[in-house]
Amino acid sequence: MSEPAAENLKTVVLNDEHIKLGGRMVPFSGYSLPVQYPSGIIAEHKWTREHAGLFDVSHMGPSFLLLNEKSGDAQRDHEAVAALVEPLICGDIKGLKPGQIRYTLLLNESGGALDDLMVARPLDPAWAGTLYVIVNAGTKEGDWSRIATAAGNHATLNRADNCGLLALQGPEAVAVVDSLIPGVANLGFMTYRNFDWAGTHLVVSRSGYTGEDGVEILVEPEFAAKLWNAIRSDERVKPIGLGARDSLRLEAGLPLYGHDLDETVSPTEAGLNFAISKRRREAADFPGAARILKEFGGDLGRLRVGLFVDGAPAREGADILDAAGTTIGRVSSGGFSPSLNRAIALGFVPPASAVPGTKLQVSVRGRMQAAEVTALPFVPHRYVRKATA
Amino acid sequence: MTTKFTEDHEYIRVDGKTGTVGITAYAQDQLGDIVFVELPSVGQKLKKGDEAAVVESVKAASEIYSPATGTVIEVNVALTGEPGLINSSPDADGWIYKLSLDNTGELDALMDDAAYAKHTA
Repeated sequence: MSEPAAENLKTVVLNDEHIKLGGRMVPFSGYSLPVQYPSGIIAEHKWTREHAGLFDVSHMGPSFLLLNEKSGDAQRDHEAVAALVEPLICGDIKGLKPGQIRYTLLLNESGGALDDLMVARPLDPAWAGTLYVIVNAGTKEGDWSRIATAAGNHATLNRADNCGLLALQGPEAVAVVDSLIPGVANLGFMTYRNFDWAGTHLVVSRSGYTGEDGVEILVEPEFAAKLWNAIRSDERVKPIGLGARDSLRLEAGLPLYGHDLDETVSPTEAGLNFAISKRRREAADFPGAARILKEFGGDLGRLRVGLFVDGAPAREGADILDAAGTTIGRVSSGGFSPSLNRAIALGFVPPASAVPGTKLQVSVRGRMQAAEVTALPFVPHRYVRKATA
Repeated sequence: MTTKFTEDHEYIRVDGKTGTVGITAYAQDQLGDIVFVELPSVGQKLKKGDEAAVVESVKAASEIYSPATGTVIEVNVALTGEPGLINSSPDADGWIYKLSLDNTGELDALMDDAAYAKHTA
């Protein structure tokens, strides 16, 4: 129960708000952030699944990549900026529609994941030649330096991690935000656009990492507390800490970088084939394409699976064994599912053991516990694929 | 009946030769929602400082060390179905196990109420 030293931690722009709300501040990716508020992780988790949970994700890495010399032709400028980042990732950025967001992976030459990230194309043709890029907190310096190097003197990377980045997630999230920022309900899933609000510009994405419908909003630092409090004053909303953010994303079967993804894990091994865009596959023009395409064809040593675990939670690093007791893999993240009231885990096993229904075991504190491979997500996603209004 | 405390936030409530062990209100608050408890076995012999149980919150597992030496005579099976009793009632319904004490003199080294209050201040 010892707490890590708190020196040299950065604070987010909403730090004072978290302290006022009784947030329990812990170190995470170099930042001091609330792991929970007084209501606790399980109550926060369930509130998000039932209503709307407000998360401060300002520690993450929002940024904009801007073409230095625009032609004035929107499509041409988009293609030019897309061509700068595509060599680093496996997603089709050129093919993004105006306003569209794509989940993709930054890869090393061996096809291992350096990060998972979101890349988006602005809706407004006046902004063509720009990409909105959101990377993970723990990897942002490396990611940005890689992107800036690839962009050379053709484009400029502007980091926006001095801003506030808020996520509102849950079945009531979009209605709450739409009442404050009219028009948000018209956003399609995985699209974004700018809105004017209270004298500032907001970048609102219909996206998130909980498996629920919701939005993520980038806000200028001086307006962050105002927006946080405006959203929070709605009775459908409660603030949610990092603890529930993790249990929500785990139930949604979404990988957490540094745990379920790292520099050795390919997108195919991680079960993220959807993120390897068809055009890129056909062109085989992304880092590690030889390995990944071989794996894509079924020739691979391990796959990320979901496990229902009997008894105590199996945490990261726990061995996974087959029914005969041979170690075949490891848990990459695991814990307790508040929605299902049982232990669940993500881990890597050979493809032959990755079929849902396969009976396996996990080793927790030296004791074997039954586990069963299950299809992901553990809790169904409830994204709203079409605009509601 | 007296209650003594360890630096790791276990309590032991002593009634004659029997000690009831749990974690303090302070400890449950620090851990957050408890979702699983691994209990010792009845009949198990524990030395002072031995790992006796494991309490799992949503975030992490925490070992519970025996505050005294003795034999486990009863475990709180209610925690199997309702581990949250440790959060809602750490001092009463959320007890973890009962120990038949080998040496009550061992308890003198533990903190009393006042010392524990200071320890968590």
